[in-house]
Amino acid sequence: MSADDAPADDAADLNVFLARETVAGADDGPLAGKTIAVKDNISTEGIRTTCGSAMLEEYVPPYDATVVERVREAGATLVGKTNMDEFGMGGTTETSAYGPTKNPVDPERVPGGSSGGSAAAVAAGEADLALGSDTGGSVRNPAAFCGVVGIKPTYGLVSRYGLVAYANSLEQIGPLANTVEDAAALLDAIAGPDEHDATTRYDAAEDGPAVHPADDTEYAAAADGDVDGMTVGVPTELVEGADDAVVEVFEDALADLEAQGVETVEVSLPSVEHAVQAYYVIAMSEASSNLARFDGVRYGVDGGEGNWNESFARSREEGFGDEVKRRVLLGTYALSAGYHDKYYKKAQDARAWVKRDFDEALSEADVLATPTMPVLPPKRGESLDDPLSLYLMDANTVPVNLANLPAISVPAGEAEGLPVGMQFVGPAFGEEAVIRAGSAVEQ
Amino acid sequence: MTTTDEGDDGDAGAVDPDEVRHVADLARVDLADEEAATFAEQFADVLDYFAALDEVPEVDDDPDLVNVMRADEVRDGLTQEEALSNAPASEAGFFKGPKVS
Repeated sequence: MSADDAPADDAADLNVFLARETVAGADDGPLAGKTIAVKDNISTEGIRTTCGSAMLEEYVPPYDATVVERVREAGATLVGKTNMDEFGMGGTTETSAYGPTKNPVDPERVPGGSSGGSAAAVAAGEADLALGSDTGGSVRNPAAFCGVVGIKPTYGLVSRYGLVAYANSLEQIGPLANTVEDAAALLDAIAGPDEHDATTRYDAAEDGPAVHPADDTEYAAAADGDVDGMTVGVPTELVEGADDAVVEVFEDALADLEAQGVETVEVSLPSVEHAVQAYYVIAMSEASSNLARFDGVRYGVDGGEGNWNESFARSREEGFGDEVKRRVLLGTYALSAGYHDKYYKKAQDARAWVKRDFDEALSEADVLATPTMPVLPPKRGESLDDPLSLYLMDANTVPVNLANLPAISVPAGEAEGLPVGMQFVGPAFGEEAVIRAGSAVEQ
Repeated sequence: MTTTDEGDDGDAGAVDPDEVRHVADLARVDLADEEAATFAEQFADVLDYFAALDEVPEVDDDPDLVNVMRADEVRDGLTQEEALSNAPASEAGFFKGPKVS
């Protein structure tokens, strides 16, 4: 499993893959001939799925996640499982139990996280496509830092069956690729209802069969670059906090869109000042519940002799890394008697406020635009010892997950030789609008 | 968990290593002494930051939800062998766990 055992090619030097296994897809299909890398928290039958954790070092799922089934049916060939922050907890892919992934653009820097291995696989040319998961920005963040495209779908568009849960009310599986059209084609393959996942959207119709928002959509076709007449809202709060070098690239990209016929308007999202706090309280609370399943009995590290509680606690001490323990403990604290109203309940209020703000802003514009990340990719080791600074990096991406909306990150240009991502946010199930806007930035 | 004293010094995030240990007990995670001390310092920063949620107004959230039911039909699941395939210990077709008490 360690990078030292792998062949000394580029991907091994970058520590992109945790497992390199090839599984051919169907002979024909919309993704035929494409290779795909899959984040290691998405279950693959017969292929070790570790979530970047020592807890699951030996775990081999007996079934495929729905998205894995669908990409294989669509013809894509699986080429490996990608490194990630342990259980998706992190923004730099440095918390993996199997060592950090390096950014292909500059190997001294982080690739972003938590889907850093998936973004790096695409950026390094090791796969045409990749699947990641986005709980608070984990597809868009590494897409921005590695200079590729990433889409976070509306909550409920894509099945989460077979995704190892971290914060289940926030996370969606999302595509990464070199172009908007390729990412959208992958979304076409994975979107749709799934009888195994009750959180996929499924609208019962009074007369006739139930319908799903992806039934009548062709996301790849929406990547036509035709944005003439589109209104793009710019939330001032999410631009002001970004580094100057990032803002400069962002504003150049906006000016370019205006030259293509886009009208830009300023919008305000006053609630976002509290979004990061609310996000972490909710994500950590859900993590403390979801990760209770790791008890070393059905899978995971055996806790050894003693009574249940002793064995359970020892299994988790050995199996979980620092960031996972930190979040499970903070989540347990936030949900404990005496603190529930102070943290969890207020976080839910903030979440409702964020949703309302986005609804109002999106009544004035077709999509919203922000820098994806407020900073350029940091060097490895710069943020590890200060959890709070790491959490603040997510300011522009987490509000979207709180509101369950779709968003895309596309490369907008470079600053200091490093990629800068531009994010577009759309109304619920308005993937076509963000894909269209993103494709116009590419041109 | 000790309850917060409203009249305290106002440092919302103050936690000591004993409190961290108590939460770790609730969460069933063993901690080394060093870890408890480090977490206590980091939790103080993070909880101070979370305290800004006090400023959030109450917001009504009435999502437009309907119950969607599926037919209650028997479906294939994992085989017993598959379900047990990742267990560190099993016996006679069952998971083998530690004593409950």
